[in-house]
Amino acid sequence: MTWSAQIGFPILSVITFLPLAGVLLMLLFGRGRPAVYKVISLVVTLAAFVLSIVMLVALDTKAPGMQFVENFTWIKALNIHYGMGVDGIAALLLFLTTLLGVIVILGSWNYVKDREMGFFISLLLLQVGMAGVFCATDLFLFYVFWEAMLVPMYFIIGIWGGPRRIYAAIKFFLFTLVGSLLMLVAIIVVVYYVKDNTAGGLTFNIQELSRQVYTYHLQFWAFLAFFLAFAIKVPMFPLHTWLPDAHVEAPTAGSVILAGVLLKMGGYGMLRFCLPFFPDAAVTFIPYIVVLSVIAIVYGALVSLVQKDLKKLVAYSSVSHMGFVTVGIFAAIAVANNAAGMEGAILVMFSHGLLTGALFLMVGYMYERTHTRQIADMALLARPMPIMAGFFLFFVFGSAGLPGLSGFVGEFLSLLGLFVYSHWLAAIAATGVILAAAYLLWMFQRTMFNDRGDEDVRPAAEGLRDLGVREILTLVPLVVLVIWVGVYPNTLLDFLHLPVQEILHRVTPSLQSAQAHGVAQLVDAAKGLF
Amino acid sequence: MEGTQYMKIAVALIVLLPLAGFIITLLLGKRLFRARSHILPVALVTVTAVLSVYAFEWVVRHPDTAFVWNAFSWVAAGRFTVEWGFLVDPLTGIMLLVVGIIGMLVHYYSIGYMKDDPGYYRFFAYLNLFMFAMFVLILANNYLLLFLGWEGVGLCSYLLISFWFRKKSASQAGKKAFLVNRVGDFGFTLGMFLIFVTTGTLQFTGVFDKAEMIGSGTLLWICLLLFTGAVGKSAQFPLHVWLPDAMEGPTPVSALIHAATMVNAGVYMVARSYPLFVQAHTAMLIVMIIGTFTAIYSAYIAITQNDIKKVIAYSTISSLGFMFMALGAGAWAAGIFYLFAHGFFKGLLFLCSGSVIHAMGGEQDMRNMGGLRKKIPITFWTMLIGAIALIGVFPFAGFWAKDEILGSDFSGGYYVVWAVGIVTAFLTAVFAFRLIFMTFFGKSRASEEVQRHIHESAKVMTIPLVLLAIPAALLGILVGWPPDTGWIHTFLQPVFFDVEREKFVWVGVGGGLMVFSVAVALLGVYVAYVMYIRRTELPGRLAARLPVAYEASFNKMYMDQVYEVVPIRSTIAFAGWLWTFFDVKVIDGAVNGLARLWELLGERLRPLQTGRVQNYAFSIFAGMLVLVVVLAWVWGS
Amino acid sequence: MNALYWWLTLAVLLFCIGAFGVLVRRNVIVVVMCLELMLNAVNIALVAISNFRAGALGAGTLFSLFIITLAAAEVTVGLAIVIANYRNRRTVQTDQYDELKG
Repeated sequence: MTWSAQIGFPILSVITFLPLAGVLLMLLFGRGRPAVYKVISLVVTLAAFVLSIVMLVALDTKAPGMQFVENFTWIKALNIHYGMGVDGIAALLLFLTTLLGVIVILGSWNYVKDREMGFFISLLLLQVGMAGVFCATDLFLFYVFWEAMLVPMYFIIGIWGGPRRIYAAIKFFLFTLVGSLLMLVAIIVVVYYVKDNTAGGLTFNIQELSRQVYTYHLQFWAFLAFFLAFAIKVPMFPLHTWLPDAHVEAPTAGSVILAGVLLKMGGYGMLRFCLPFFPDAAVTFIPYIVVLSVIAIVYGALVSLVQKDLKKLVAYSSVSHMGFVTVGIFAAIAVANNAAGMEGAILVMFSHGLLTGALFLMVGYMYERTHTRQIADMALLARPMPIMAGFFLFFVFGSAGLPGLSGFVGEFLSLLGLFVYSHWLAAIAATGVILAAAYLLWMFQRTMFNDRGDEDVRPAAEGLRDLGVREILTLVPLVVLVIWVGVYPNTLLDFLHLPVQEILHRVTPSLQSAQAHGVAQLVDAAKGLF
Repeated sequence: MEGTQYMKIAVALIVLLPLAGFIITLLLGKRLFRARSHILPVALVTVTAVLSVYAFEWVVRHPDTAFVWNAFSWVAAGRFTVEWGFLVDPLTGIMLLVVGIIGMLVHYYSIGYMKDDPGYYRFFAYLNLFMFAMFVLILANNYLLLFLGWEGVGLCSYLLISFWFRKKSASQAGKKAFLVNRVGDFGFTLGMFLIFVTTGTLQFTGVFDKAEMIGSGTLLWICLLLFTGAVGKSAQFPLHVWLPDAMEGPTPVSALIHAATMVNAGVYMVARSYPLFVQAHTAMLIVMIIGTFTAIYSAYIAITQNDIKKVIAYSTISSLGFMFMALGAGAWAAGIFYLFAHGFFKGLLFLCSGSVIHAMGGEQDMRNMGGLRKKIPITFWTMLIGAIALIGVFPFAGFWAKDEILGSDFSGGYYVVWAVGIVTAFLTAVFAFRLIFMTFFGKSRASEEVQRHIHESAKVMTIPLVLLAIPAALLGILVGWPPDTGWIHTFLQPVFFDVEREKFVWVGVGGGLMVFSVAVALLGVYVAYVMYIRRTELPGRLAARLPVAYEASFNKMYMDQVYEVVPIRSTIAFAGWLWTFFDVKVIDGAVNGLARLWELLGERLRPLQTGRVQNYAFSIFAGMLVLVVVLAWVWGS
Repeated sequence: MNALYWWLTLAVLLFCIGAFGVLVRRNVIVVVMCLELMLNAVNIALVAISNFRAGALGAGTLFSLFIITLAAAEVTVGLAIVIANYRNRRTVQTDQYDELKG
């Protein structure tokens, strides 16, 4: 369905590029006037957020394919289009992006001291890139947004980060770049394969490309290239080591966006490209990916347990939680009729964005007050800051997967999907849930409660200011959404049924043929490779 | 069906009122309500108690139809669907009574007990949240919603145990409780997965309808996994370690959560899953063994504890073990009967101990008490009733339930279990009256300062004690008479439909056992009397004579130490190794090593850049020469 | 032997002398002079070929005119750089211009 039929204006482009307009306004009117540029950035992100709600409401969950489609020829010679459009999955993630966009602007209102306008501009540019990634229906455009997003993030970490910011920024950049260059090669290969082997000629249209049939040989390698790019983003064990460094050094806003949206792009990419483009290869790789994901779940949780830095702890917990995403996705395609796993995985993505975003935000608020992120330097913060402790407790339990809050439903469904695939792996993965409670509660105890023998409060902890109105405002929407998703996840799940079905339809024949051929296919494939 | 409209409203209110109380009190309590924070929560809980009684009465009027109401869909993903669905049947009815009434009384009691605490509003907010979660737990009509309540009460338990979070021990205990429960929940979750995979639903009726078609191996696994959850929540060996520590919480919390309601959730869940368990004999056997072992094990520990609350805590673990023993032996109704009665008398014991602690100005060590009988008479008499009910002397509440359980062990042919049960009953009598004698009799061992301030608690605290003492005394004879065929058995018949009931014989095995167990209990009281009133030097001599037995009991069988070393330390050590070695050295080392490789290569190539223009010019010429030669060669051929 | 060959031999000789100078002389000014020598060698070659080959249509002469113009500009800029450098470094020796040593 095109935008004109649905809503009357190209809503996706407006949402995506509104922040860019904000940047122009800021450059024109905002120089040296903090009040002006902050308000501008808040207004444009708020507008984008409101529009994304409008978009969610207007989205027809019963209609297949992309919606609000915009399509203009961009580079004629290569048949590249400026194509925008969303399905339920992309729409939800776009909503998450715009929501966190507002929250980080509000959350870092007074955070940065140095070159403040540049910081806000970077945040807005980052949002353009992220929104574009979720909206693009043209592979080339997707790639442009995907890479464009790296630059502001690189600056956010590299300029406004902590002491080791350069190391972290370069590490982040290089990791992601390696993945995306491989993806670029695969994109070219795929596009030219389609050009040479079909009547349609050159096309970069994602939907078009995902309907093609590729040889197994091509699928194998192209899947690997795409998958590697997304696995680095997710990040999957053992490609995760950029994440803790990037998080620790990034400013609060950077961490929130990184955990809240950037990681989700990995999962999104797998759903949008890896599975529909290369279903046969995806089926081949299921066992390896599932095992790696289960390792990630347990490994991330274990390593979180021994972290001394709050941000690092939350970063490693992200590795663990995102394991539920990849596990859900690939367990869902491993067994017929197992859509619950995939829907759960997407739910985990959404809820992880809310919860971990909130946790990073709160760690940032704590840091602004105590000037430390070392757990050992904190204790009994609940006394001077009861509101902070209350919110923190809420998000800690949300993250630990308390039923009734958003984290639980997703993790339950994705574990259920895994259980259908393998009982024992699910049992191993479920220990991650125990460990999650362990590291989170232990952290909570050491920061907010007393874990020292004496009953005294450290003098420094007294007199800390509790959360202010602005800070509470950034957290309340997250609280509301976390409860909403936990109590009535169907609001989100309704968006997912159809897109997930479409993906599974695409993969099911491959699964069946793989099951029919058993291991033989895998062996043949291995022979054909060299 | 008549009255379902009202039932819907009642059930909705039972769940929603405490939730509303929680939200409002949490938001407004600190600024607005302050010392009046209790009014709203207490009022709301009183209303829910009335509604619970109404719901119970509805079940009584409709013995054959369960009230089922699927309010709205909770999760619908793929084939997986779960509703916010509620169920009220006789089993739920009993639980509603226990939770509603005891919950209400504990709320009233807390008004006095928590007076002047800086976290007054917080306390009542949490209590209301607990009521909400507990009601969801018992009203749920599917496993997932039950699990929501299950974790919800766990959360409240965490919050309330850590209520005085400035104390390290309190914050530690709260965390421990939640984590140990999580271990059990791990099994519960997997059990739910297995149920869903085999039956395609999590709704009780749907699952139980298919119970007979489940293969026996799968069924055994399902039951064991579910039971793992119950072991955690109901503090059975080896996951019992959290409950004694949970006494760090305020005493009303111990009474409500850690004696009367939440810890019974495991028993309730196993009883709820009756159609599954009843077909898995091995699982039943394991339930019975664990229960029996826990019963005697913790009774043995209780004997040497000096903290008044710890004694009752271990007694609770022991009683819960008794309930599982009953369920495992097939005495389902008796187990629930015991749960019912236990809720009242154990709640009473805890509240009384709270009253004692209150009177003693916060002192919990029984070695510093004594002679309180005259000074706090209401507390004394109510506590005495509680203790008699606990040890099961005719005609108090505990007697009927306990004897049905022991009787069915015997008639079921589980003679060893029966014998262990009798020994446990003896130990229970000893420690219960050790508590009574040490606290209320003899000379006061408290300091002068403390003695001067001893006073009976306020009305708002003593009235709940009296109100609880009445069912503790009379409940048994009301619902349990005559044994094995009393009202409660008829009432629970729709739930435990398959259990065959024997006719109780007064003159014969049944009556004989009954007399015997009462005699054992009285013997226990006598032993306690001798040891703690007549010859107070005896316990010390006994401890010196049997140091190993004494130390083991006193140190709680060293379970805390075992846990500390085996799972906790080793996990942390392993995790530390994973992080500092595997993550930093191996993975990051590989990444940085790759970067280092290129750096080294560059290092090697660096000397080529001499910085002298003529060297570069020379290589340009040389390169050109090479090109010319190559091109000439190529074109030439 | 064709006359063209003599001219070309002259060009090659000049070119080699220039190249040799560029490679071995250290004085920057001499190096620049040698560069000029190479350019002029090429000029000779171009003019000669253009003169002897009818098909060339005089293009070689045209090229050499371009080169002469460019060479003039190049020498101007080059000497300016040399002077600027001399002011900073007090030397015109190429082997002392090694800031870019790796």
